[in-house]
Amino acid sequence: MSALTDKSGPFTHAPNSVPRIMNTVLLALAPATLFELYLFGWPAVFLFVISVASCKLAEAGCLWLAGKPVAPTLRDSSAALTGWLLAMSLPPWAPWWVPVVGAVFAIPLAKHVFGGLGQNVFNPAMVARVALLVSFPVQMTLFVAPQPLFSAGAPGFLEALSITFGAGAVDSMSAASALGYVKTELSRGIPVAESLRHVPDLMDLAFGSKPGSMGETSVVLILLGGLFLLVRRIISWHIPVAVIGTLFVLGTLFNTLDPARYTPGMFHVLSGATMLGAFFIATDYVTSPVSKKGQLVFGVGVGLLTWAIRSYAGYPEGMAFAVLLMNSLTPIIDQQFRPRAFGRTRKGEPLPLKGEK
Amino acid sequence: MKLFPVRGGIHPEYRKDATSEAAITPLPLPTALYLPLQQHIGAPAEPVVEAGQRVLKGQLLAHAGGSVSAPTHAPTSGVVEAITEVAAPHPSGLTQKTIVLLPDGREEWAELPAPIADPFATAPEILRRRVAESGIVGLGGATFPSAIKLSLGTQKKIDTLLLNGAECEPYLTCDDRVMREHAAEVVDGARIMAHILGAPKVVVGIEANKPAAIAAMTDAAKQFGNVEVVPVPVQYPMGSERHLTQAITGLETPARKLTADLGVVVHNVGTARAVHHAVRFGRPLLSRVVTVSGGAVAKPANLEVPLGTLVSDLVAFCGGLTQPPRRIVNGGPMMGQPLPGLEVPVVKGTCGILALTAGECDEQPPGPCIRCGTCVTICPCGLVPVEMAAYIRHDKLDAAAKVGVMDCVSCGSCSYVCPSHIPLVHYFNYAKGAITAADRDRRKQDSTKALIEAHNDRVEKALAAKKAAAAAAAAKRAAEAAAAQASSETSADKQGNP
Amino acid sequence: MLLDVGSLTVIGVTLGGLLGVAAKLLHVEEDPIEHELLGMLPGSQCGQCGYVGCGQYAHALAHEHAPVTLCAPGGKTTAETLAKRLGVKADLSEHEDKGPEYAVIDEDLCIGCLRCIGECTSDAIVGSVKHVHTVIADQCHGCAKCFKICPTEAIHMCKVPVTLGTWHWDKPHTDAATH
Repeated sequence: MSALTDKSGPFTHAPNSVPRIMNTVLLALAPATLFELYLFGWPAVFLFVISVASCKLAEAGCLWLAGKPVAPTLRDSSAALTGWLLAMSLPPWAPWWVPVVGAVFAIPLAKHVFGGLGQNVFNPAMVARVALLVSFPVQMTLFVAPQPLFSAGAPGFLEALSITFGAGAVDSMSAASALGYVKTELSRGIPVAESLRHVPDLMDLAFGSKPGSMGETSVVLILLGGLFLLVRRIISWHIPVAVIGTLFVLGTLFNTLDPARYTPGMFHVLSGATMLGAFFIATDYVTSPVSKKGQLVFGVGVGLLTWAIRSYAGYPEGMAFAVLLMNSLTPIIDQQFRPRAFGRTRKGEPLPLKGEK
Repeated sequence: MKLFPVRGGIHPEYRKDATSEAAITPLPLPTALYLPLQQHIGAPAEPVVEAGQRVLKGQLLAHAGGSVSAPTHAPTSGVVEAITEVAAPHPSGLTQKTIVLLPDGREEWAELPAPIADPFATAPEILRRRVAESGIVGLGGATFPSAIKLSLGTQKKIDTLLLNGAECEPYLTCDDRVMREHAAEVVDGARIMAHILGAPKVVVGIEANKPAAIAAMTDAAKQFGNVEVVPVPVQYPMGSERHLTQAITGLETPARKLTADLGVVVHNVGTARAVHHAVRFGRPLLSRVVTVSGGAVAKPANLEVPLGTLVSDLVAFCGGLTQPPRRIVNGGPMMGQPLPGLEVPVVKGTCGILALTAGECDEQPPGPCIRCGTCVTICPCGLVPVEMAAYIRHDKLDAAAKVGVMDCVSCGSCSYVCPSHIPLVHYFNYAKGAITAADRDRRKQDSTKALIEAHNDRVEKALAAKKAAAAAAAAKRAAEAAAAQASSETSADKQGNP
Repeated sequence: MLLDVGSLTVIGVTLGGLLGVAAKLLHVEEDPIEHELLGMLPGSQCGQCGYVGCGQYAHALAHEHAPVTLCAPGGKTTAETLAKRLGVKADLSEHEDKGPEYAVIDEDLCIGCLRCIGECTSDAIVGSVKHVHTVIADQCHGCAKCFKICPTEAIHMCKVPVTLGTWHWDKPHTDAATH
């Protein structure tokens, strides 16, 4: 067979590619990231660089070990995206070895053991975050209040080096995230309505002046990035709307029933990793369902589990756990929520003709 | 007119500008014409001429070879040089039986069937026979014998003839030009077809990106109350019979049924024009309009081409190739078939010849699937291409069939959008071919087995008969011997009797 | 104690008895799978598999782990059917290369001896004494029995040609991709 006829059509292609998709996602993340790097200063910059670099390095190593071509896959930025999302889920002043260990969890264990790009069941960044959280609870929950670059009291370059490559943030600087604070207070018997008065108000939550992981702050910029992805049709509205909608509805409903026990819906939506999770993590192509209906089910599941973990479980934030749990259901969701084929019923039988039973 | 939504689909880069303003130009007679006996779906035609015979323009060369078949006529006067194997316009590069005709340049017409002056006062069956005898097949590319589709009116109640002027394939503008330049002929042909079908209404569906064609057709149709021209959304694959039917009527054709079961018969605009020629002038199908385009063609054009002309003659007329093409495509870039070269003939189903550059094809080595789900979203048939391709990759054709690979119409949308450049449609074409081949094998084995059983039965019966005969013969011999003995004994007795 | 032993004994004896009766009543002389496999084979008894006939091959398949790919006339389809029924994986590479065959008689060499017609189990050869024989290609299933018996070597086996009607796209060869 000649080179002219070695392939069946089509002989034209949409101007899209995997690297282009990944780079668009990175672009969408950029404003929020830059703002957070500014908020948390040099230690956050170092952490970010280390996280992305170690993920890239791990990817290259795994490809090389597997005997696969290193260059093309490395160019598509998927490993950089994992490292980026991992950095955003860490406390900004964590020591250097936290993202390095995270990269080992994310790339070889969560991705290449399953067969590399496209084969992994679980979201690599979230596997890394959860593994780090259960392994190093102290370092992973030591949040600091924002100290913008060049502001008074912010660590200088050298000081930052000693934070990142030393012990990380120390207890004396620590500040609890809003979700964490409410949870701790609740466990001491202080009602939610009372503790809510001591956390940043909704405006601060939205714009980012609050302690937390890098990606937990600046909700507005994350939202803008997510909308950018929607406009560019990289993601569809189904998962984000389902996640945020479910959280909001459940939060509002239970808050109305028992304001002392449950936090309000808007607080759920604007705090923690809700926005980052809904737009950038739950929408990860590889680990979410392929059909629109399946994506709705998946999103509702993530929202439901996040709310349940936040409200009942020991951890103040549940997004990562929720995403991982729903990841494991993705193959089943895919099987159950196939689109209806043209001219067929849901069961795959030909449609009946009119007047035919 | 209210339109109905159609699932999925894509908006490819149309690239029709190269030829949309190029008026249809008749191609000068080439030095040789190659007319395959099979230019349609069904049985090949059977030649009625011999090598060396002189034929006239419009003369029958081969008659229909079965109930689903179509005849072929001489596109010009000349001498039949041979009936031989010639490379087919097909990706396999295989040959097929072809009548080679050397034109004499005199364009001498044979005696044609009489024109039918008032088709609307003529019995549908007579008109249908005229269409069948004129060798008309679906000129949109499907090449199903049109007369058979026109006979659907006798079995089913048809209320709409849907004329397909969607032309959703990129590059192609031949239907567009036919509608703009020959609107009256198309409308007349459509009305004749509606009369044959007994359909009270004709709807012409044209994609909204062809305003000039819509205007021309609306103008030609306005004097007829039952012909309506409807702009349909620009959405590939709007030209698919079932999807166009859904957009216009809102009805979804059940799997394994025809649109005719919903009272709708779809014909291409070019076919309507051919019917007009056949009925009004008795002229059989001798030529068709072909779009020659693509980045490697010097001067893209729309040509009226005698059937059997070599693709190389078309390309030469268009100024030749400016660079070696990456692909030569018979049809549109989405559903067209790649050709092994230029030395193959134009047949009834050739709506376009594209010489595409590597840049236009944008072929890249396939990467791993990232499960983006775009193929699922855009599949106009509601299938899950990513899942089917995974099954086929692992040789699980049964599983692929179970999730609907045989429902795939190979529209190419999934391959077009795949960011990993996975040749999804190639997988499905392979699977459909392999499954069909396995079915054919199984049927052949069943018939072989029946033959063997019949044979064994016969042999057994013959054996049994032989045995019976032998036994009978032995019995007879024994009886005779006994009788002889008895008689001898009796005689002995007699003799012994004093 | 006595009650326990007693009841267990009763249960044991009853069930054992039932099993014994069932074994007698439901006894099957012939292995059903062997019969089923025989049904899947062409039944031309050509012996190309190396066994005497289809019945022996079916027996070998059922009891001796014979490979499923031995039936030449059955080809790929039969091998796949057998493999599916037996739950084994067939190595079909050999069939891919070989493809189905049919017999062709060289008219210059045929002496009209009728021997091939006697051999042919699917009645695919026609002809009469001292007249050239011919093969009806559609009925021939390529068992090659005629090929072996022909005294003048007038018969040869040809590959069934691929036509425009039977051609289909090959599986895309893109091993680099994992998906």
